[in-house]
Amino acid sequence: MGDPRGHKVAPILGLACLGLGLLLLPDTARAADAPDPAPLKRLVHQDCGSCHGLTLKGGLGPDLRAPALAHYDPETLRTVILDGIPETAMPPWRPLLTEQEAAWIADYLLKEAPK
Amino acid sequence: MTRVFAAALALLLAAPAAPMAETAAQTVATGDLGLVIERATGSVLLVDQSDRAALARIGGLGDLSHASLVYSPDERFAYVFGRDGGLTKVDIVTRQIAARVMQAGNSIGGAISDDGKLVAVSNYEPGGVHIFDADTLEMVADIPTGSKTIGLVDAPGRRFVFSLWDAGETWIADLSGEVPQITKIPGIGKNPYDALITANGRTYIAGLFGEDGLTALDLWDDTPTPIRVLPGYGRGERQLPVYKMPHLEGWALTGRDFVLPAVGHHQVLWIDAATLTESGRTDTHGQPVFAMARPDGRQVWVNFAHPLNDTVQVIDTVTKQVIHQFKPGPAVLHMEFTPRGHQVWISVRDAGKVMIYDTRSFEKIGEIDADSPSGIFFTARAHRTGL
Repeated sequence: MGDPRGHKVAPILGLACLGLGLLLLPDTARAADAPDPAPLKRLVHQDCGSCHGLTLKGGLGPDLRAPALAHYDPETLRTVILDGIPETAMPPWRPLLTEQEAAWIADYLLKEAPK
Repeated sequence: MTRVFAAALALLLAAPAAPMAETAAQTVATGDLGLVIERATGSVLLVDQSDRAALARIGGLGDLSHASLVYSPDERFAYVFGRDGGLTKVDIVTRQIAARVMQAGNSIGGAISDDGKLVAVSNYEPGGVHIFDADTLEMVADIPTGSKTIGLVDAPGRRFVFSLWDAGETWIADLSGEVPQITKIPGIGKNPYDALITANGRTYIAGLFGEDGLTALDLWDDTPTPIRVLPGYGRGERQLPVYKMPHLEGWALTGRDFVLPAVGHHQVLWIDAATLTESGRTDTHGQPVFAMARPDGRQVWVNFAHPLNDTVQVIDTVTKQVIHQFKPGPAVLHMEFTPRGHQVWISVRDAGKVMIYDTRSFEKIGEIDADSPSGIFFTARAHRTGL
């Protein structure tokens, strides 16, 4: 699945807008096919960390360390990241992340996320 | 006089801590100092407002993501509230940690009583408030709430006021007597996420995440009851995702209005301070995180949630219009005005800088290197209720 924000729009609106589109995209959204781990890790700890804590052990939002997420399969967790949880403070990240990036984050949280 | 005092202090300190004596003597006056939280490294940076310079780094404070601090009345000690439940008393004269306790598993800020004798910390896990002797950091009261506890502020009369995220209540803890007296006020609203108290200590306002609106309490009332403020302010509008909770600490009272971040709407809300009714809205660049009034109340500076957190907007409080917008750099986390408002210090986390601007010309007049800086706290806060 392609990146809906850059690639579909650009051919229609021309090169000038492609440039603008790329400028407006967050760094993490450009390489949709092969997510770049460094900015995604940063996002997880700094931005998810706004609610879940820099070390992901929880805050206003719950603990995101691997043992606390053991009941999630990767698919479900990816969906939670993309669509959020209604009636809670968990927002949908779909406007900011591709499916591949969300899948990478789900995998990272389930397997690797450090203490 | 100063030199005599400095020499005397140096002599006093010479025996137990010879290497510190000289530094201590140089920083006896703390009125224009401040601390910057370095969130990733667990350190605080001691800064000098007048010299626009960093003086020292004090480490060993644990996990300082989302940390805040309050000052003792003499502006010598800072009580730093870490995310990991650590409460650290930092002596900014000797530039050392004076005391430190791990008081809970997961914390979210604190307050100091009006007499400077008690320090309170609000905790997510276990939910509640712990109160400590400001001198020794010995716990003097434990107030479990069974809920994540947010919006803790000091109120006149040795009281602390805080709210319960899960239960939608506000509690007032009166520590003026032998035994803490707790007054519980239900019906505050769904998921209060932060709160503020006005500088005169009269009005406590909790922002709600679970519904559009805020709830005020008149603390001058013998039995405060919830006053709904701007109920349903975003009704009919699409709720936008909130990637970072706004803050109400650092409340903004302009000439006659409060200015507060909306939640899920890219706006700041203006509320008439006398009637607690809406007096305007200003569309903003993104989800506001802090809306901070310059101390004279003429301007409000606003920063934003991810992914629009590289930008700051300045709103004129007379016209309620955005008069200036600029990009200090990636991840603007906090802003602190000098006490008279001539400068604003802005922490830009991913640039590793605190940037300093003139608030009239908007010109950048300096910058200080800092490691993932977040909160900036000048010692003048020592003399303000609610800060």
